[in-house]
Amino acid sequence: MAQKTLMLNDSNFDEQVIASDVPILVDFWAEWCGPCKIIAPILEEIAEQNSGKLAIAKLNVDDAMNTARRFEVMSIPTLILFKEGQPVARIVGAKPKGQLLKDLEPHL
Amino acid sequence: MSEKVKVVIIGSGPAGLTAAIYTARADLDPTVIEGEPSSTTDQPGGQLMLTSDIENYPGFVDGIMGPELMSNFRSQAQRFGAKFDTTKVSRVDFSERPFKVWTNNQTGDEPAYIADSVIISTGARSLLLNIDRETELIGHGISTCATCDGFFFRDQNIAVVGGGDSALEEAGFLTKFAKSVTVIHRRNELRASKIMQDRAFANPKLSFIWDSTVTELHGEKSLETVTVTNHITGDSTELPVTGLFVAIGHSPNTDLFKGQIDMDDVGYIITNSGTKTNVPGVFACGDVQDHIYRQAITAAGSGCMAAIDIEKWLKQSEN
Repeated sequence: MAQKTLMLNDSNFDEQVIASDVPILVDFWAEWCGPCKIIAPILEEIAEQNSGKLAIAKLNVDDAMNTARRFEVMSIPTLILFKEGQPVARIVGAKPKGQLLKDLEPHL
Repeated sequence: MSEKVKVVIIGSGPAGLTAAIYTARADLDPTVIEGEPSSTTDQPGGQLMLTSDIENYPGFVDGIMGPELMSNFRSQAQRFGAKFDTTKVSRVDFSERPFKVWTNNQTGDEPAYIADSVIISTGARSLLLNIDRETELIGHGISTCATCDGFFFRDQNIAVVGGGDSALEEAGFLTKFAKSVTVIHRRNELRASKIMQDRAFANPKLSFIWDSTVTELHGEKSLETVTVTNHITGDSTELPVTGLFVAIGHSPNTDLFKGQIDMDDVGYIITNSGTKTNVPGVFACGDVQDHIYRQAITAAGSGCMAAIDIEKWLKQSEN
């Protein structure tokens, strides 16, 4: 069964990201960002195919500006992969699924 | 295995999607090779995916967001049965009919599609400055998408390079967030339309540097200053900006078709009597064959023309 995508904000970010027992990919996005919308369904597919190996979370930068600033996000979509609470990979900009998988796989 | 189709549409901006709506309604079962996700204009939906409010597309009294407009176009084409392949064309062979089209997604050497006819609507892409450190600083101060990234420059000093409508549109949009926006233009007058100029000159957050180009980018992890050189006096100055948005013009996406389709000397496809290219059965519409108008509505209009031209051509070639 597909896991539900986790919604993050400034107040639950640390707790959720550290609590995750699998690597967690955080999608920094916003409603007004075209490329963000294009990759959203791709991320859902990736989450489904890697269920149990990878968690996906979304962080709306409009609502969670402090967290976006803390990780120096200056462009969206930005995807940051956290392992044991630490950022281990960062993907800036929308990319095709194959490229995203290639960037993520070494860390899974 | 190659898939045999009547119509392949390469590109999915207003031109390609309008062609898809019309050819789908004419029962030609079009397949749209829509491109791959990216953060440049080179993505499904095309240049409008990187814009915010579209105020001049007829039918939307209060304007509409670019990505929303394109998503509507796409749904409308889907409603009539157009098929979508989310990949890029890697190679074409137009030397004989039916035409062969290869994509990035396919496995094996066989072409992904064998098509009776092709519509080229690959559009145009924004040009970059082509200076040191530009690529490295994309996403770290250099931006190709004001609507995606403007938000992160709240209360900061930033700059826009360019003097056309898109440059002023970006600059105006960015003043919603930034403390100041400096427009750097290589001429001493703007190319933009009167209404855009009036708006820009009346905007207290906008200022202009004329006759100048950005020649260097500085900053450790992200952009801190840019060197601006006045090409009349030769003087260089450092401008402290944390963001730089580039809107200096466009180049047609026609590399794929070099040597197979007639183009002008800057690479725009040459069309005759409507949307015909020099290869019978290959049609072109939208910005890929138009360096003059370059509007969503003109691209959509020429997409409709291509669909009508192709329908007529397919009927004739059957006989």
